[in-house]
Amino acid sequence: MSETRAIALTVNGRPHRATVETRLTLVDLLREELRLTGTHVGCEHGVCGACTVLVDGEAVRGCLLLAVQADGRHVETVESLAPDLEHLNPLQAEFVRHHGVQCGFCTGGILMSLTAALRDNPRPTEAEVRETLAGHLCRCTGYQGMVDAVLALVAAR
Amino acid sequence: MKPPRFSYAAPATLEEALALLARHGAEARVLAGGQSLMPLLNFRLARPGHVIDVNRLAGLAAVTAGADGGLRVGALVRQRTLERSAPIRERCPLIAQAMPFVGHPQIRARGTLGGSLAHADPAAELPAVIVALDARLTLRRAGGERVVAAADFFVGLLTTALAPDELLTEVALPPWPARTGSSVHEVAKRHGDFALGGVAAMLTLDGRGRVARARVVGFGVGPVPVRLADAERSLTGGAPTPAAFAEAGRLAAAGVDPADDIHASGAYRQRLVAVLTTRALTDALAAVTEHAA
Repeated sequence: MSETRAIALTVNGRPHRATVETRLTLVDLLREELRLTGTHVGCEHGVCGACTVLVDGEAVRGCLLLAVQADGRHVETVESLAPDLEHLNPLQAEFVRHHGVQCGFCTGGILMSLTAALRDNPRPTEAEVRETLAGHLCRCTGYQGMVDAVLALVAAR
Repeated sequence: MKPPRFSYAAPATLEEALALLARHGAEARVLAGGQSLMPLLNFRLARPGHVIDVNRLAGLAAVTAGADGGLRVGALVRQRTLERSAPIRERCPLIAQAMPFVGHPQIRARGTLGGSLAHADPAAELPAVIVALDARLTLRRAGGERVVAAADFFVGLLTTALAPDELLTEVALPPWPARTGSSVHEVAKRHGDFALGGVAAMLTLDGRGRVARARVVGFGVGPVPVRLADAERSLTGGAPTPAAFAEAGRLAAAGVDPADDIHASGAYRQRLVAVLTTRALTDALAAVTEHAA
């Protein structure tokens, strides 16, 4: 028999209750139970960054946290960024403008890491932007467009 | 569902955690920040019967000033806190200097001091740093505790002095001496990767500007952190000159015998120890401050 636990957490401002296997990872809870598939699963050992979400405001790997560990926490995913289906938030818009997104696999995690970093420090230097991006693998665009996107966002503030 | 089945407990008190370890020790793994254990579970390289999650033990998450002028750092203190905490930066800068090399900010947000030490990856920075610092580790078990010197804690590859029923709860750092500087250097294929080799160095000068005490510890070049005693002895009592640092580098390299692997040859790693020892000592000298922290 698999061991399960009842948990309650807030995801993108909405309260959720679920009964989960204790071995379920947070990213699998988000994708498979809550159907929030904007957070992607890549390497499952913390290297690629595709599964990065915010837990109580901190960017963490969704594949390296158990769902039961998110009990009572506030989780934010990439679905929380755009104000509605027709519009992007300013960071997302700059990503599009500066070709910071191509296949999109890494994008959700990168946007969440940058969201946390920009709350922490609204005016990062280029080196600080690159330090945040270093925790993510992108195999399409090569990061320069993402750096340009963040710096354009910062310059416009 | 990638991790294997396990029985999960998140005890609310240290006593409860120690009781669980006493009951399940050999079949249990302690889950702290999860940045090493969770990958092992996801890949099913670890199949523990029990996972004991210590994240609710708030008492292990504090940085406090010790009565001796040193610091006592709880095992559950996150690496992000080690990087940013004012007491750590001021009273034990070597730890803060090592943190930017540990993974990435998203990893350090979860990864803990105790988790890194108990996992004892030979290429990890924190084990080498606490050996350089002469830290003392408190290991608790139900009904008892013992204190182990950092140099005695690392027993072999991914192996520590922790018994199956023991939990690493605290790391005591001695006072930072006056006229002391430190530095960490490493080489990795990409920033945030495990080091191909690295060196943590500390230098303390006497009143005449000579080296009163030197610490040089290599990591990623042996199964455990390697104290490079010949290099340290060659420096002690002498002037901290570029020639002395070059000689220390040569002796440090002679003190390691790293293995070849897919990432680098042993000879390359040995050469790294020479170069990184010289660089780390040079930067440690530049970081010497006049007063004790």
